[in-house]
Amino acid sequence: MLDFQLSEEQETLRKTVEEFAREVVAPQAFASDESGEFPYEVVRQMGGMGLFGLPFPEEYGGMGGDYFALCLAIEELARADSSVAITLEAGVSLGAMPLYRFGSEEQKREWLPRLTSGQALGAFGLTEPDGGSDAGATRTRARLEDGEWVIDGSKSFITNAGTDISCLVTVTAVTGLGVGGRKEISSILVPVPHSGFRVSKKYSKVGWHASDTRELSFEDCRVPEENLLGEPGRGYANFLSILDEGRIAISALGVGLAQGCLDECVAYAKEREAFGYPIGRNQGIAFKIADMEMRAHIARLAYYAAAAKMLAGRPFKKEAAIAKLYSSESAVDNARDATQIFGGYGFMNEYAVARHWRDAKVLEIGEGTSEVQRMLIARELGL
Amino acid sequence: MNIVVTVKQVPDTWAEKKLDPSDMTTDRATVDNVLNEMDEYGVEEALLLKEAHGGEVTAVTMGPDKAVEAVRKALQMGADKGVHLCDASLHGSDALQTASALAKVIAPLNPDVVIVSSEASDARGGVVGALLAEYLGLPQLTLARKVTADPGGGTVTIERQTDNGYATVLGKLPVVVGVIEKINEPRYPSFKGIMAAKKKPLVTMTAADAGIDPGSAGPSGAYSEVDEAQPRPPKAAGQVVKDEGDGGAKLAAFLADQKLV
Repeated sequence: MLDFQLSEEQETLRKTVEEFAREVVAPQAFASDESGEFPYEVVRQMGGMGLFGLPFPEEYGGMGGDYFALCLAIEELARADSSVAITLEAGVSLGAMPLYRFGSEEQKREWLPRLTSGQALGAFGLTEPDGGSDAGATRTRARLEDGEWVIDGSKSFITNAGTDISCLVTVTAVTGLGVGGRKEISSILVPVPHSGFRVSKKYSKVGWHASDTRELSFEDCRVPEENLLGEPGRGYANFLSILDEGRIAISALGVGLAQGCLDECVAYAKEREAFGYPIGRNQGIAFKIADMEMRAHIARLAYYAAAAKMLAGRPFKKEAAIAKLYSSESAVDNARDATQIFGGYGFMNEYAVARHWRDAKVLEIGEGTSEVQRMLIARELGL
Repeated sequence: MNIVVTVKQVPDTWAEKKLDPSDMTTDRATVDNVLNEMDEYGVEEALLLKEAHGGEVTAVTMGPDKAVEAVRKALQMGADKGVHLCDASLHGSDALQTASALAKVIAPLNPDVVIVSSEASDARGGVVGALLAEYLGLPQLTLARKVTADPGGGTVTIERQTDNGYATVLGKLPVVVGVIEKINEPRYPSFKGIMAAKKKPLVTMTAADAGIDPGSAGPSGAYSEVDEAQPRPPKAAGQVVKDEGDGGAKLAAFLADQKLV
C-alpha cells in the first residue's frame, strides 16, 4: 500500500529547514517585504546549509539528495517567506537544473559548483514581453558570427538575474528556421554581467517583494559559440521538460504558503477573543480553518505523489500539473480566508497573512498559468 | 586535537516544563525533546576548533533511549563520533552523579579539550561542567565568549565574560572549556551532514560498560533529592515608571539596578 511517511533523513531535513525558517527567515520577512531588498544574508546561510545543492550529486558540489528533498525545503521556507522560497526554487530548478540536465561536462564543471553552493545565482530567461506560454512568439534572436552568438532581444519577469551574486543567465533565442518555417529555438549561456546585457530596475510587484525580478535586454550581446546549452533547436523542448518538474517545486511553495496561513490562523483563533471567548470557538471561523487544513493536506499529497512518480522515472506531467494547479489555488484560497479571519489586521502589511495574501496570487500565474495547467491535464486526457 | 563536547536532550525550549510527580524527575514523555540549545554553541565551537586545528570531535551524552537524538544532531552538524551512555539505573541521577558518570565515559577518550555549555534549559543547574572538570582532574575555563587554541604550545586562551567586560584566561591542555551563547552562531546541519551522520560511529554504553558502580547510580545514590515542587507562580505585575520629566533617568536607574546596562 502507499506510504507517504517521510524517511528519517527527509524528516530531519524538513525539521532543520523548518527551524531555520522560524529562526532566521521569518524574523526578516516583514522588513525585506517592506524594503524590497534582496535577502543576501538569508541566501548566504541557505547556501551554507546546502539547500541550493540539494538535488545535485556531490561531484558538482551538490548534496546528493533528490528533487523531493528540494521540495521539502521549499515548502518549509514558504511557510515563512515566499520571496526566500522562490529565490531557492528559481535558483535551483531554473538556474542550475538546465545546466545539470543539458550542459556539457565542461559547462557543468565550470558553473555548477558556484550555483549549487549558493555563492552565486543563475537565472533562466524564457518569457518575453509579448508572450510566455507561446513558444512561437519568441522574438529574441541569436545569430552566429565569427564563432560567437550575437543575441538581441528582451525577456520579462526573470528571477535572480539582477542580484549582486547573479552570475549566469540562460536565455532562449531563435537561432534559425526549422522544418515548415517553424522557429528553431536554442538555449545559450550568458555570463553576467556582460557587455550588451542589461537588467532593468526591479519591477514594482504585488508580492514576492524581496525576490529579484527584472526585465532583461540583450543588444549585440556576444558570447562564445560553445556557450550553446544542449543541442541547437532543442531550447524550448528542453525547457518544457524543466518546467514539468519545476511545477512540483512551485506546488511545494504553494503548500508552504497555504500551511503558513493555516499556522497563523490556528494560533490567532485560539488567542483572539471576541464577545468573551476565543474566535476559534465560532464555527464560522473553525470551519474556515478546517477547510484550510484540508486544502493544505490534499495539496501536499498531490505534490508528494507527483514527486514520487517523477523520481520513479514514470510519466508525471499530469500529476505535476494537478499538483501545481491545486496547490496554487489552495494557497490563494487559504490566504484569502486567513486575511478574513484576521479582520482588520489581515489588511496590515506587518501581519504575515497580509504578505501571504499578496504573495499567493502569482502562484496561479508563474511557471505556467492555471489555464495552462488545465490545458495540460485535458490534453493528457486526450481532449 | 581530540575534542569532546557534551550534549543533552531537553524538553523543547518553548514547552511547559514539568516534573513527573511519581519520582520528581523531569517529565520527558509528554513533550517534544530537542538538543539543548546552549549545547548547539558547544558543538559549533568544537567544530570550529577542529576546522582550525584538525582532529576529531566526539559528542557525548547521558540519558534515556531517545537522548541519542541529541548526539545524532551533533553528528549531523559535523561531529565525527558519538557516545551515548544509556542505562535505566542512571535515571534520576543528580548533577554530581551525572558529572561523575560523564567523567567515566570521557576520561578514556583522552581529550585535549572538553567543551561544555553553561547550562541545560531543563534543570538549569549550570554545575555539571564544573563538576565534570573536577572529576576529570582538569582545569576549567568557564564563561568563554571566545576560544583560541594553540595545540603546539599546549594552551587554550579564552575571553571570559564578566559583568563589566571580559577577562583573558589561559589554560594548559587538557582542559575543560565552558562556553556561553555569545561565542558563535551554531550552524544548521546540511543535507549532506544529515546523510553522513547515519554512517558515523555511535557507541551506546551501559553503566557497567563505563565502569559505574551500580550502587552509586540513580536516586538511591544521589547526593541531592527533590522532596516537593511547586508550579511556577504566575507572572507578577511589572513596575510602572511614571514620566515626570525624569522618565529616562528612572528607566536607566531601573535597568542599572537589574544589571542590564
